Amino acid sequence: MRGFPFFLTCLLVAAGVFLAARWTENGYVFFAGYVVLQYIVLAIAWNILGGYTGYVNFGIAGFFAIGAYTTVAVEKLVPLPLPVVMLAGGAVSGLLGLGMGYLTLRLRGVFFSIATLAMAVVAQTFMVNWDFVGGSAGAFTIRPMTTPYFGMDYIRYLFLLMLGLVVLAVVVARAIERSRLGDGFAAIRDDELAAEASGVPTLRLKLIATAMSGAFMGMAGAPLPFYVTYLDPPSAFSLAYAVNTIAMPLIGGTASWMGPLIGAVLLASLQQLVTVTISSAVNLLIVGLMLVGFIIIAPRGIIGWFGIGAGKRRRGRGR
Amino acid sequence: MSGALLDVAGLGKRFGGFVALEAIDLAVAAGERVGLIGPNGSGKSTLVNCISGTLRNETGQVRFAGKVMDGMAAHRRTRLGLARSFQLPRPFHSLTVTENLLIPIEYVVHQRGEGRVDLIARCAELLEMVGLAGRGDDLPAGLTQVEMRKLELARAMAAEPRLLIADEAMAGLSHQEVDDILTLLVRLNDQGVTIIMIEHIMRAVMQFSQRLVVLVAGRKIADGVPEEVIRNPEVERAYLGE
Ligand SMILES: Nc1ncnc2c1ncn2[C@@H]1O[C@H](COP(=O)(O)OP(=O)(O)OP(=O)(O)O)[C@@H](O)[C@H]1O
Ligand SMILES: [Mg+2]
Repeated sequence: MRGFPFFLTCLLVAAGVFLAARWTENGYVFFAGYVVLQYIVLAIAWNILGGYTGYVNFGIAGFFAIGAYTTVAVEKLVPLPLPVVMLAGGAVSGLLGLGMGYLTLRLRGVFFSIATLAMAVVAQTFMVNWDFVGGSAGAFTIRPMTTPYFGMDYIRYLFLLMLGLVVLAVVVARAIERSRLGDGFAAIRDDELAAEASGVPTLRLKLIATAMSGAFMGMAGAPLPFYVTYLDPPSAFSLAYAVNTIAMPLIGGTASWMGPLIGAVLLASLQQLVTVTISSAVNLLIVGLMLVGFIIIAPRGIIGWFGIGAGKRRRGRGR
Repeated sequence: MSGALLDVAGLGKRFGGFVALEAIDLAVAAGERVGLIGPNGSGKSTLVNCISGTLRNETGQVRFAGKVMDGMAAHRRTRLGLARSFQLPRPFHSLTVTENLLIPIEYVVHQRGEGRVDLIARCAELLEMVGLAGRGDDLPAGLTQVEMRKLELARAMAAEPRLLIADEAMAGLSHQEVDDILTLLVRLNDQGVTIIMIEHIMRAVMQFSQRLVVLVAGRKIADGVPEEVIRNPEVERAYLGE
């Protein structure tokens, strides 16, 4: 499928998801669904760097929380429409990604991962000490009951925005996979020296990947203050975001955008279900068990079962 | 030397305290076929790495097509027309054989703004040339070590270089296959590609080279007409031992 028909298909599917959620006439579906959608974006974003170029980022919570804190800061200065604020969060986290990429250009493997974790800790420390956005005491954000226009229920509005972001993330991730950029990412992941020798500007591509990945995480985090209404550093920078976000592509498969999507839907839905039926304390246990299980039965993720991945789908692509 | 396509002057490279290359001078004219030989560990691959930008030399200078290469990233050198194959094949293992060749085509050939070719046909042609016809959809893991060498060579050729450095592309090949690759390299050379061939198979080196360069323990000890170079007592000593 070409880019535009695919985009339309995504919109149709998204519309279907929204209508189905409305049809349940259960407000909780939107509340829980928002979290699932947020994780789809995070997982796809993580995969742009981790899956395509092979650089494992542990600092997810940093990018995500910086996006959320951008909203808190913007709210205090000039209240803007949320979609605009999301773009701002994306810009800030994208810049953070660029900076992180720049500082860690020479780091590979586990050293890169540790540096990203350190980045998240530094960002958290910074926020704890920045009183303007609430410091260690945290910040309250008032969630309106309804949107100013159309009078839509605000949680539904957040759900809808996140759904739109999912569509954007899917379309972008798929476009990357099918482009020269995606080929360059794959070359970097497989062998950086050989990639350079084949003309791939590895440093530049890595920066593109860290910036794009960070930007999507920031956009995913931007609506968070309105969703939780109270944001403090320990919850915004919770390690659970990193653990879940990394587990999802690993479960679903890292070779294509479908992997993080499937993994996120599966894991996040299960967690939402368990939160209601048992307790949220079991969530991390679920992640652990699923990770171990999938590493044993599906080392290339769920999409690996269907032969999606290695030796891609490029024949007849005609570029 | 002016007018040389590749001009290496006083190049030195150390690994910690170990001097891998010392004061190497080497000029290669456009269109030349040069053989580079030397015992194991004499620094041949290290020299290739310094020329192609995979490693940084501490001293000396590399000029290619009149441009100073020092500090230039490897991918830019490749784009300028300086391609190399790796001695130990380094295929992109998650990509098919054809996709391996697409990388340099997309990032080097297209980058030069030359007319876009039918990618699949071009890849098939390259695979045919190196004797990998029909293997395009395989993953590198499905290739033998020898086939990976051929892929390595095809990938370097895919960049359509002005200077091709083949680092032991023929190790392990059968007599017939060596002849096939030799024919291929000579044909490339006829089309104007300058070639430096690193090889332990003396038959191939002697047949191929218009000029022979010998490295021993990081130093260039001979450079000249192949027949004379191999009769050089110093070269004989290096190869046959004291
Ligand atoms: N990255 C490295 N770090 C440390 N030492 C190295 C490195 N690369 C090469 N060497 C050393 O430098 C010397 C030259 O190695 P090089 O690979 O250039 O030899 P070569 O002439 O290509 O040998 P061969 O014929 O076996 O391929 C060897 O002693 C090798 O051990
Ligand atoms: Mg060597």
